[in-house]
Amino acid sequence: MNILGSLIKKEAIHIVRDRRTMFITLVMPLVLLLLFGFAISTEVNNIRIAVVADRHNDTTRDIIQALEVNSYFSFEGITAADDVDDLLRQSKIDAALILRPDGNKLPCQIIVDASNPTVAQAVASYISGVITPSSDNVIVTRTLYNPQMKSSYNFVPGIMGMIFILICAIMTSVSIVREKETGTMDLLLVSPVRPINIIFGKLIPYFILSCVILAIMLTMAYTVLGLPVSDSVFSVIGVSLLYIILSLSIGLLVSAMVSNQVSALIVSAMLFMVPVIMLSGMIFPVDNMPVVLQGVSCIIPARWYISAMRKLMIQQVDFAGVLNEVFIMVGMTLVLLAAQLGKFNSKK
Amino acid sequence: MSLRILGALLRKEIIMMRHNPIIPKMIVGLPIMALLIIPLVATFDVKNVEVVVVDNDYSQISRRIIADIDASKELSVLEVVDTYAEAMDLIDKDKADVILSIPPNFSRDISQLDVEANGVNATKGVLGMQYVVSSAAATIQRFNNEDGLNMAQATPSVLYRFNPTLNFRHYMIPALMVFLIIMICGFLPALNLVSEKETGTIEAMNVTPVSRTVFVLSKLIPFWVTGILVVTVGILIGFLVYGVAPLGNLAGIYLATVLLSLVMSGLGVTIANKSATMLQTIFVMFAFIIIFQLMGGLFTPIGSMPDWAQYITYAVPPRFFNEIMRSIYLKGATIFELRSQFIWLGAYAALSLLLAGFTYKKRS
Amino acid sequence: MTNNNIAISVKDLTKRFGDFTAVDSITFDVRKGEIFGFLGANGAGKTTAMRMLCGLSYPTSGSGTVAGFNISTEGELIKRHIGYMSQKFSLYGDLSVVQNLRLFSTIYGLSDSETKKRMSAMMKRLGMDSMADARVKSIPVGWRQKLAFAASTIHNPEIVFLDEPTGGVDPVTRRKFWELIYQASSEGMTVFVTTHYLDEAEYCNRVSIMVDGRIAALDTPAALKEQFHADSMDEVFRIVAKDAQRTE
Repeated sequence: MNILGSLIKKEAIHIVRDRRTMFITLVMPLVLLLLFGFAISTEVNNIRIAVVADRHNDTTRDIIQALEVNSYFSFEGITAADDVDDLLRQSKIDAALILRPDGNKLPCQIIVDASNPTVAQAVASYISGVITPSSDNVIVTRTLYNPQMKSSYNFVPGIMGMIFILICAIMTSVSIVREKETGTMDLLLVSPVRPINIIFGKLIPYFILSCVILAIMLTMAYTVLGLPVSDSVFSVIGVSLLYIILSLSIGLLVSAMVSNQVSALIVSAMLFMVPVIMLSGMIFPVDNMPVVLQGVSCIIPARWYISAMRKLMIQQVDFAGVLNEVFIMVGMTLVLLAAQLGKFNSKK
Repeated sequence: MSLRILGALLRKEIIMMRHNPIIPKMIVGLPIMALLIIPLVATFDVKNVEVVVVDNDYSQISRRIIADIDASKELSVLEVVDTYAEAMDLIDKDKADVILSIPPNFSRDISQLDVEANGVNATKGVLGMQYVVSSAAATIQRFNNEDGLNMAQATPSVLYRFNPTLNFRHYMIPALMVFLIIMICGFLPALNLVSEKETGTIEAMNVTPVSRTVFVLSKLIPFWVTGILVVTVGILIGFLVYGVAPLGNLAGIYLATVLLSLVMSGLGVTIANKSATMLQTIFVMFAFIIIFQLMGGLFTPIGSMPDWAQYITYAVPPRFFNEIMRSIYLKGATIFELRSQFIWLGAYAALSLLLAGFTYKKRS
Repeated sequence: MTNNNIAISVKDLTKRFGDFTAVDSITFDVRKGEIFGFLGANGAGKTTAMRMLCGLSYPTSGSGTVAGFNISTEGELIKRHIGYMSQKFSLYGDLSVVQNLRLFSTIYGLSDSETKKRMSAMMKRLGMDSMADARVKSIPVGWRQKLAFAASTIHNPEIVFLDEPTGGVDPVTRRKFWELIYQASSEGMTVFVTTHYLDEAEYCNRVSIMVDGRIAALDTPAALKEQFHADSMDEVFRIVAKDAQRTE
């Protein structure tokens, strides 16, 4: 225990001394939470719209007034039909509404900048809504579980999934490989210290660091972002700890695969970070992906973690509801750790 | 500044790059991976929205609403159930995304339809709900028209400019080049410089008369060239695999590429100059890159951000690159029309190169 | 510089890092063509002092000239006239022997024909012709050190600084390495060398011994032995360094 204690202390000193890295590991999760919570959204508003009308009548005036007061739109004025295309191309406006009053009827056309199709469709439907007050009012809508439809709720588990991979997998693998490069790992290996102690000496400090970050993120999520706290909070912590351990084993795996720091970084970034961001469902829903990629996403630990966390934090299911995810993560951890220990022992 | 020395240093960099076990593979592999996988994944297109209907009316109109929903491209009716509890159960099990409740006697008084979405996945929930609402509204309107209850109203025609097929990939692909440039031109020079620091070869250089401009340039130029190569591969894949070709001028695309590579490589070298270890470099770089990706409008529209966040995006150089690429690719905009974006990007390029030069110290 | 025979001249040179004084007001001269040994325990301040002389580090106070240039203000000019071999192996491992030599030769501004001439002379002198195209990281340590020496003297500098050039090298190779040093010295090059192999101190014309950032003794090996009534430099060193505070 004494040996393990001093190994942990050595590693902790290394971590804390590197102020800049420390600062980033502690502050980045906060910045990400704030950005996702308050800055980034897929909601469409501030639609810049121009109107083309050769003649005016009461209806056209009503429509223009409706656009001016509607908070989703920013009315950019009346323009000539010939200019519409230039304005769209130069991204001065997002859409144009062409009104050709003809007696009582009002044929009209909406021209939308469809570079971003998702936004374009929403814009078109908002404009149609302004022109033709429809029978929408008989339909009442409501959202379950996430009543204000905050996308931040969705992103919180994703950010946690990413940060823990970053700290556990990248930091540990780089720090182990660094010792390999400088030769201090050989020193430890020829010493009478048991390999298992060396591994734990490496892992425990990063585990503690991750726990601190977990505490910060959960506090932020519940206070600043207003995520509902419930009985599931203990399950949330339990599942997160499991995921942290899993990420640490990934770090070990990487450190066994490569022999220099640059490779460790590139491998961690390419094999782990990019898939976590792209394929885990952090930003883009898994069920939108082609089947092959959905299959690939199954071997990404973050996918299961994020899925479990969404259920626990947003949908408020109890622990039994995420057993599936938990079993998969436990399985992954055991496989990785067993492989590592075998390898490390045989090397010695 | 001596061109001969620069030439010798460049030769050294190229030999080292070739011998590196990973970098040559990355230059070919990264664009292929990025362009083959990200466009398939990065889409907010909501498809396969599963709707569960609680039909208490069993009328002609309720059946038509259900049929129309099932027929629409994005929606499919998972099940028609009798009680709200059954529907909720399907939501809890994550099988259904939206519940549509049709009350008894709906056909008689056209009273109230309830649409509820599962908010766990906010995007899918909101859009799914909108689709259900507009599909049901259209059905009701048609139904009423047939009954002569309502005068025919001219529904506006919609013209989707620049992307008539509403294909999200056409929107993503031009901007994906930003991802390639950030990885190749940002990360690699930073790693390269720090690894010279860690092995000590940089000291052998510092004690020679090589000027810092020449040395920093020898670190940057190879990556500008690779940046251009990688973007070229990206453009080719975009065209061959997805049929997405730039509508506008290639010159504008390459100008923007060169400018963004200058920005990113300068930033990478600046960070490496200021860092002592590989880990530090990577973490600082990573912090920048995450913020650049998120705030640069690559995945989510800048127009949707609150005002304060939109001001911040002016400090995010890739924002201008994304605008340029999308405008040239999809709208055929000219360099002149995009001058303000080019000027911003150029200013950032100059700034980051100056920083890279000034933070490099031959002496401590 | 008034005295044309002086290659390096240093007065009260000091370097502080925070409140730690690595080099504490050292003063000495090195004559042209001399082999000047710079001895001291690990952490005594040898490398820090040397880095100031090479223009890699600014002195906190004090002054000095190297090859007639001011070390505080003319660092870049100094670099044209010196060669430096660091204790860390610092050639490019992925480049071949020839590629490394050519790189440094070009950096020091030698023309192509000069480069060619110098390189073939060097390769012959080192006896490395057979491994000209081998990648540097694959050749044995002893050869690498010789190659690093060749790279730092390819431009025939006035002064060459060697920071523990023979660290980790077997005795036979060390002997051969010193033959290279003698040869360079006989051609008029001033050699400034740090070492902690005390037998190597005997090969130097003059030796200084640094203890805790200060120069504790400076003279020819013979004079030092006489002064301290010692039989070998090893004994001299033990007497001089017995009060050292700093150890690693």
